[in-house]
Amino acid sequence: MFLDISRLVGNFVVSFFVLTLFTFTLTQFFPDGTDFLFDPSKNTQLFPMASLTIERPEDNLLFEYIYYLNHILSGNFGFSSMRGTPIFEDFFIYFPATIELAAAALLFALLFGLPLGMYAAKRKNKWQDKLVMSGTLVGYSMPIFWWAMLLVLLFSLTLGITPVASRIGFEFDIPYQTGFLLIDTLISGQPFAYQAFLSALHHLILPAIVLGTVPLAVIARSTRSTMTDVLAKDYIRSAKARGISAVKILWKYALRNAMVPLITAMGLQISILLTGSLITETIFSWPGIGKWLLEAVYRRDFAVIHGGILAIASFIIIIHLLLEMLRLLIDPVARKN
Amino acid sequence: MAKPQKSTEQVNTLNHFVKGALSNHQFFYILTTFLSLQLSGCSKTDNSTIRDNVLVYCSEASPQSFNPQLVTSGPTFDASSRQIYNRLIEFEIGKNNLEPSLATRWEVSDDGKSYTFHLRKGVTFHSTQGFEPSRAFNADDVLFSFQRQWKSNHPYHRVSPLSFRYFESMGLDRHIKNIIKVDDYTVKFELNSPQAPFLATLAMDFASILSEEYAQNLTELGKPEQIDNMPVGTGPFQLVRYQPDAFIRYKPHPSYWKGKEQLEGLVFAITPDPSLRFARLIAGECDIMAKPLPIQIEAAYNYPQLAKYSEPGSNVSYLAMNTRKKPFDNLNVRLAINHAIDKKAILKIVYDNNAEEAVNPIPPNVWSYDDSAKPLSHSYSKAKQLLIEAGYPDGFSMELWAMPVQRTYNPNAIKMAELIQQDLEKIGVKARIVSYEFGTFLEKVKDGEHHAALLGWVGDNGDPDNYMSSLLSCSASRSGNNGAYWCDAQFDSYIQKASTLSDIKERSKLYVKAQRRFNEQYPWVAIAHAKQFVLANKRVKNLKLTATDGMYFSGVYLQKQPAQIELLGSSSEDP
Repeated sequence: MFLDISRLVGNFVVSFFVLTLFTFTLTQFFPDGTDFLFDPSKNTQLFPMASLTIERPEDNLLFEYIYYLNHILSGNFGFSSMRGTPIFEDFFIYFPATIELAAAALLFALLFGLPLGMYAAKRKNKWQDKLVMSGTLVGYSMPIFWWAMLLVLLFSLTLGITPVASRIGFEFDIPYQTGFLLIDTLISGQPFAYQAFLSALHHLILPAIVLGTVPLAVIARSTRSTMTDVLAKDYIRSAKARGISAVKILWKYALRNAMVPLITAMGLQISILLTGSLITETIFSWPGIGKWLLEAVYRRDFAVIHGGILAIASFIIIIHLLLEMLRLLIDPVARKN
Repeated sequence: MAKPQKSTEQVNTLNHFVKGALSNHQFFYILTTFLSLQLSGCSKTDNSTIRDNVLVYCSEASPQSFNPQLVTSGPTFDASSRQIYNRLIEFEIGKNNLEPSLATRWEVSDDGKSYTFHLRKGVTFHSTQGFEPSRAFNADDVLFSFQRQWKSNHPYHRVSPLSFRYFESMGLDRHIKNIIKVDDYTVKFELNSPQAPFLATLAMDFASILSEEYAQNLTELGKPEQIDNMPVGTGPFQLVRYQPDAFIRYKPHPSYWKGKEQLEGLVFAITPDPSLRFARLIAGECDIMAKPLPIQIEAAYNYPQLAKYSEPGSNVSYLAMNTRKKPFDNLNVRLAINHAIDKKAILKIVYDNNAEEAVNPIPPNVWSYDDSAKPLSHSYSKAKQLLIEAGYPDGFSMELWAMPVQRTYNPNAIKMAELIQQDLEKIGVKARIVSYEFGTFLEKVKDGEHHAALLGWVGDNGDPDNYMSSLLSCSASRSGNNGAYWCDAQFDSYIQKASTLSDIKERSKLYVKAQRRFNEQYPWVAIAHAKQFVLANKRVKNLKLTATDGMYFSGVYLQKQPAQIELLGSSSEDP
């Protein structure tokens, strides 16, 4: 077990270095190279000496890479070239918003995707199965922005039951604490905390459905296929022969074995959720990473683009590391040593 | 929506669900009821009491800074100078006359070269998280605010990477000879030559008064850059929180010298997409919407809760040709492009005819407008002929810059650029449309990187000098505000001379001459003067538009409504 974990961590370290090599190569195409690592506010007339105390290796790429890595590892992702703010700190302002949305979307996808897939597996080749399969195929192939507009048009503008955009009603002023509004509203200690919480939840529904649609379809389809495999296994048949209830077989014996490939599939959904958030956040004016990055692209703010890519890629690597560890826990076969 | 009495049933079905009763017919029922539970559970929250006193304004862009001295863009002024700061003199909101603000009265010397201002006593600056003012506003703050922009050796002159573009393009760096603190509440401005528009200039956004004490504090803390990002002013509202590209939140200044505002909160919901702005306005998430599209102004009639505000705008939209770059240094080329562009089509398609065709660089509602100027004929053959004379029989390739955001003077620059592109194609000129984020776009234009750019201007003091000096003078070509980089000695001498005179008739004559010179040289294709519109919910009261396109929320209040407006209402029956 220990060896397995250290193998995973080793993998993680290697992938991270390959990633920094890639992002470092990117910086070489920027107009000002790695200059964005300097704090621009220190470079003023009031502090003429400050800018002189930092020396950057100029000609040697290897030294520059080490210098770059040193900054990255100490949490300096540079400074936005448009706003002059530290990117690492900015990232943590926007990131919780994306995580909140992605988590809600994943929850939505699991809550409906898993039962749908299991149901389809149970009714394999019957009309219910075909309905679920074709429905998820539509969900999977639908352009996300179009789907979002359709939902906004129906639920927000025609029925008026969901808000059009943003994370919370503008009447609420919630100070930034954890960055997760569902938590921040409750711990804000303001008299209207509960209303603010409901407002935040209310604003979360449509974006979560939009972002969760593709993962829902994928989860439903892969649950169905792994479940049908598992349900055809001998031990299920013998369990049936022993008279164990269908419900118990489905939830206790079949699901656990079907979960293993599902966890891998869910890991892949994380990156789909993050890329999907780019579009979803823009449509719903959701102040998360996706919108932040897209605005940066539009402003030609290379430093932010670089920092955003690095942070998101690192996050995905970490998530995969954690999921692999989870798989070790669930699946005894995966534990080699 | 599910009715409340259904909820016990829902809990039961959920229990079933958890226990694993995954029977065929119940499944879809669970799915649908669960979905409706999610939607209805938190749809109507009773937060009307909080919302009643918070005004939400759907603005069109993020501000570039919170310091109005550093920028020239409307959204930044709306977010900073017009809510947070005061000036010595201000325009009465909704009108064009000057009224005392931080200066209670002023005297002008007989030679017109010296202005003495008597300052208001007992004006307090905002108390923010990082700053607690210990003294009231006085002459030091005035000196600080102007010297920072004026003196290149001032410690705060280079704190921001942005420059004091407005101050320079108004020529104040050359006009001001001295600023003297006579006593704590008297300040004297001495000028090198008489400047007729000087008082109006001091009422402009860039002349806002910042706190000198705050600057001192920041210097001690070693964070001078915060002066531009975490503003402290004397204005009706103070900044609470800003999240770029998301929102700006203000609260009323509790000890504002004109009295505390009625609103309990003011929020700018930054929404660059006009369709989303309109959707938010209809849904009641916003109370006021900036810059509606022509089609939305039409559509607003279908919503009984909306009110339309309009003003004949004091603005101009134009195509500036960079006269420093080939082939635009050639007059015939500029004239050819003027002939080639079909302005009538632009007025119809881009403005939906809510604009007038422009001939002069100033709009007709600014005095000294030259009525004798006639628009050039739209003719491709004439344009082609001129190009041949200029030595470009096969045309040429160029970049056509268009801003991505909607402006008062130009609701859709990209669309306009496409129309111009098609026109130019017909005379053999290949234009490639280039666009950047608005702030980047302005900075790059200022650096003179463009061939030709679609720009525009909203006059901010009703003086023709505000257009011609700011946009076409040689000093503006140095500061970068002159997008055509056109520096014409004859034109410059007219406007220079006019600015030193105080007799309005004499000045008028010179400005007419300047406009005629403009219409001989064609540094621009002057395109249109747009009407300006704002859509607002009817609960918004006392909102006034200005000809200068500023949004001022001081004095605005919200009418309390007993019941929320039904969104579905009887909208379709209305005309």
